[in-house]
Amino acid sequence: MPSSTNATTSGTVTLFIGTRKGAFTLKSDRTRRTWKLSAPIYLGHIIHHMVCDPRDKRTILMAASTGHLGPTIFRSTDGGKSWKESSSPPAFRKRPEGEKGRSVGHVFWLTPCQTNEPGSWYAGTSPQGLFRSDDGGITWRPFSYVNEDPQYIEWMGSVQDGTPDGPKLHSIIVDPRDPKHVYFGMSGGGIHESTDGGTTFAPLIKGMETVEGFDAGVVTYHDPHCIRLCPSNPDRLYQQNHCGIYRIDRPSNEWVRIGKAMPKKVGDIGFPMVVHPRDANTAWVFPMDGTTVWPRVSPDGKPAAYVTRNGGTSWSRQDKGFPRSQAWWTVKRQAMTNDVFNPVGLYVGTTQGEIWASRNEGATWTCIARHLPEIYSVEAAALGR
Amino acid sequence: MRIHIPSALRSYTAQQSEVEVRATTLADALAALDQRFPGIRFRIITEQDTIRPHIRIFINDRQTFHLTEPLHDDDQAYIVCALSGG
Repeated sequence: MPSSTNATTSGTVTLFIGTRKGAFTLKSDRTRRTWKLSAPIYLGHIIHHMVCDPRDKRTILMAASTGHLGPTIFRSTDGGKSWKESSSPPAFRKRPEGEKGRSVGHVFWLTPCQTNEPGSWYAGTSPQGLFRSDDGGITWRPFSYVNEDPQYIEWMGSVQDGTPDGPKLHSIIVDPRDPKHVYFGMSGGGIHESTDGGTTFAPLIKGMETVEGFDAGVVTYHDPHCIRLCPSNPDRLYQQNHCGIYRIDRPSNEWVRIGKAMPKKVGDIGFPMVVHPRDANTAWVFPMDGTTVWPRVSPDGKPAAYVTRNGGTSWSRQDKGFPRSQAWWTVKRQAMTNDVFNPVGLYVGTTQGEIWASRNEGATWTCIARHLPEIYSVEAAALGR
Repeated sequence: MRIHIPSALRSYTAQQSEVEVRATTLADALAALDQRFPGIRFRIITEQDTIRPHIRIFINDRQTFHLTEPLHDDDQAYIVCALSGG
């Protein structure tokens, strides 16, 4: 997302919620005490990601598919009052007759570029593909060479190497200082970086661990779940991985597993990663049970966020307001986010269809919506004055 | 020829359940459909020109998997959404 290091002191906050059965918004003023839930948008469509463009605060893109129909992107240029479909959604290049080509199953991730590239967006797909639009999401084209490159195809692995509902390209990050500096993650397939606008990409996996028995030197085996760049220090990135929580401080090329400081009974497995908009030492995770057969629910049925205030040297549990027991939540990688108010607001969406919010950086939590469909993604945007 | 449109795709056709096009192959028919209702083809046919996994196409009472399928003026094409779970 385009970076913001300034605290917003006025206006409203809107949550853009993608679910397995449509999209919703939740709106509040800056106090974030009361919330108004919208009617469903494109009810029945699978909405993987819904993102408001922070550059104009009016354009919204929504990655959609249905159980039957192929993928598309819906776009609004009036803040969600009306919607149109992209005229040319992300699609792989057609292979010559007789050659096996890939087809986009769904668009999974949307990233608006920075303010120095108005109207430009990236999209990541399942199976793994990287796409770009330079007209506000109306038309899309394959970006760079990674979609066709034999080495990248090998690193992407097979369907068996990916997540249960399809391998994904995600966490597309544009350096706010340099639009040619781009990162992305693949589940599976590791983390990759370009410093030349996509002419070349290279793996950035040193220090990352893999599942026991798999060679950490093989890019295919790496499964980053969510990568975030710190807006207040773009040389620092955090990562929630299938195998732990990591931090990297560039120009170092080596990730450090900061999750080892998490309580042993909780572990450092999960999906989302959230960073503070103004303090690069502060980040949040929402741990999932990664033991035995990987249940991927809140450990011991007791949901909690964990925060570090010192770059991962130590972590503190934040569960005040959450159910105390028998709450077997799953929180997906796009389903935890923050706003830019002071103190920062945090938002968590569960696969059970609840949205929980904290308006004090995780100190206390309140349920602000329930009975929604399975939640895939939550994004926050500060709108208006 | 006549193409029968399932409810899931009628947002493209202004809720029309049947559309008449002139075509000699299924590929031509879908191209003509997309020309009138932009975007509809990609929801049912992949970028590799294959029918999507949960879509079925019947010509009269016979299922086809090939866009090269020849068509005649009096043929009926049915686009059907197959079961895909909840």
